[in-house]
Amino acid sequence: MDYTLKELMTICAAREIKNGDIVFCGTGISMLAAMAAKNINAPQSVIFFETGAIDSQLAHIPLAVADSRIMFHTSANGGLMDAFCTMQNPFVGQRVVGILGAAQIDIYGNLNSTVIGEYTAPEVRFSGSGGACDVASFVSRSIIFMKMEKRKFKNKLDYLTSPGYLDGPEGRKKAGLPPGGPDKVITDMGVMGFDPDTRQMILLGCFPGITPEQILDHMEFEIRTDRAVEIDVPTQTELTLLREKCDPHGLIL
Amino acid sequence: MQKTNDKTMDLEKAISKYVTDGCHLSIGGFTLNRNPMAAVHEIIRQRKKNLHVYAHSNGQGVDELIGGGCVSRLEIAYGGTGKFMSTCIRFRKAVEEQTLMVEDYSNFQMTLRFLAGAMGVPFLPTRSSLGTDIIEKWGFSKSFRKENPRIPDEKLVVMDNPFDGWCDTQKVVLVPAINPDVTIIHVQTADVRGNCRMEGLTFADVEQAKASRVLIITCEDLVAEDYLKTEPDRNQIPFIHATAVVKVPFGAYPTACFRYYDYDPVYMKAYARAAHDDAAYQDFLAEMVFQHKTHADLLDHVGRHRLESILADRSCGYAKDLDRK
Repeated sequence: MDYTLKELMTICAAREIKNGDIVFCGTGISMLAAMAAKNINAPQSVIFFETGAIDSQLAHIPLAVADSRIMFHTSANGGLMDAFCTMQNPFVGQRVVGILGAAQIDIYGNLNSTVIGEYTAPEVRFSGSGGACDVASFVSRSIIFMKMEKRKFKNKLDYLTSPGYLDGPEGRKKAGLPPGGPDKVITDMGVMGFDPDTRQMILLGCFPGITPEQILDHMEFEIRTDRAVEIDVPTQTELTLLREKCDPHGLIL
Repeated sequence: MQKTNDKTMDLEKAISKYVTDGCHLSIGGFTLNRNPMAAVHEIIRQRKKNLHVYAHSNGQGVDELIGGGCVSRLEIAYGGTGKFMSTCIRFRKAVEEQTLMVEDYSNFQMTLRFLAGAMGVPFLPTRSSLGTDIIEKWGFSKSFRKENPRIPDEKLVVMDNPFDGWCDTQKVVLVPAINPDVTIIHVQTADVRGNCRMEGLTFADVEQAKASRVLIITCEDLVAEDYLKTEPDRNQIPFIHATAVVKVPFGAYPTACFRYYDYDPVYMKAYARAAHDDAAYQDFLAEMVFQHKTHADLLDHVGRHRLESILADRSCGYAKDLDRK
């Protein structure tokens, strides 16, 4: 069966979303993963944007989290205050699943989306936190999209924008953060999770034709690979729904 | 209608009167939606300098203000517009070339800061960013902060929960209030006194508007007061906060305005191409800003065909068939 890497990654993320989840999505592939979950495996999941829209119908694919396409046929159109309070809320906040991306990630799932180099004299400046730090601080679980590259899987981040497990199992508690943290890292070579005891990243699965060694070659730090299995390829149904229902004009795929 | 309540004026006058060199400014909207772009272009046209800008994710407008050479300090959560610019290009260049001082917060923190300003309290607490470099690394140094009475001495403060663990919370982050000199927002409908009705998402426009000493409102439709008062539940900002009201059709162009028009992909793509190169960017500014006297002239230049292509379908609030490839 023919599928692209992007389609495989989108489907892998969508499979992590369950009915009842409130899915915080950003732009691009994360939005597509949320739409795919709703159309394929979790029709009762709720799509949610930091700009204040909740349960958007998404009849057409948005190109930004403020795109007017997210404002059509929602449960409520509010603002940033509504959205972030929903995530910090002790009841509904725990049902929110964040989908994030970043320029760098470390072994504890902490993310950098701010700078490469010194903060006040950076070699490269990125967009910055936006709502990512808020989501990573508040919600019970997040899914992170990353491209496998040595310069992205770092021993030490140039800037810690969004908290994962910080420095280990007690990290979030010591810092005063609510519990929760990163759950899966979906890359272009395989999928990682986090060991429940050490809170360190572990390899859960490789994409077809990829070995654990190849994945390790693309990282600065070492992770456990003994639990890795081969990941199921997308089914024809998943692919058809993704292509025809979610992104028929190929704006993101 | 009483004449004394009439706050309408033209955009050139509103900007020249209220946006002064070095003033503290915030603009409404989010990434590529409902940015007050006509006002942004007027600020650039009037060559305002050294602005201190407060932004959450006010993408296109902030990037053009930076590219136009108007901004020297920026407090921001996110510099991007989504697919068209994942990182705002003139923002990125200015930070990397160190011609712009930046202080990073999160979107929630910036929203809370505006709300604190609107509420008249010096700070508000959140649990966001504990353990991160948003707390550790400061763009404005302590000494710089001490020397500037308009900027708080601390970027933010981490504090033990004074209610001793109440709400299962041990620590909070306090973020300082913002009271801009001027906030500019673009809304769908306003009346001559400055009552406002927004449609679709309000982003943080209400908090930004109420936090500000001066509020400039640009609007698609300027209506009689009775019109908005017939359905007051749909209005968000009462006139008591408003300073000036300017009717500017397509005033958010090239960003979107829900139920009126979409963003213009042609402009957004041309912008991103030009923004990578200093000379090309100056040409772009000349073509889109400096050669025009008013926003209406820019719309003439863009042409009826392109504007018609972005008109919103009544059924959904955006241009369903717009070519966005």
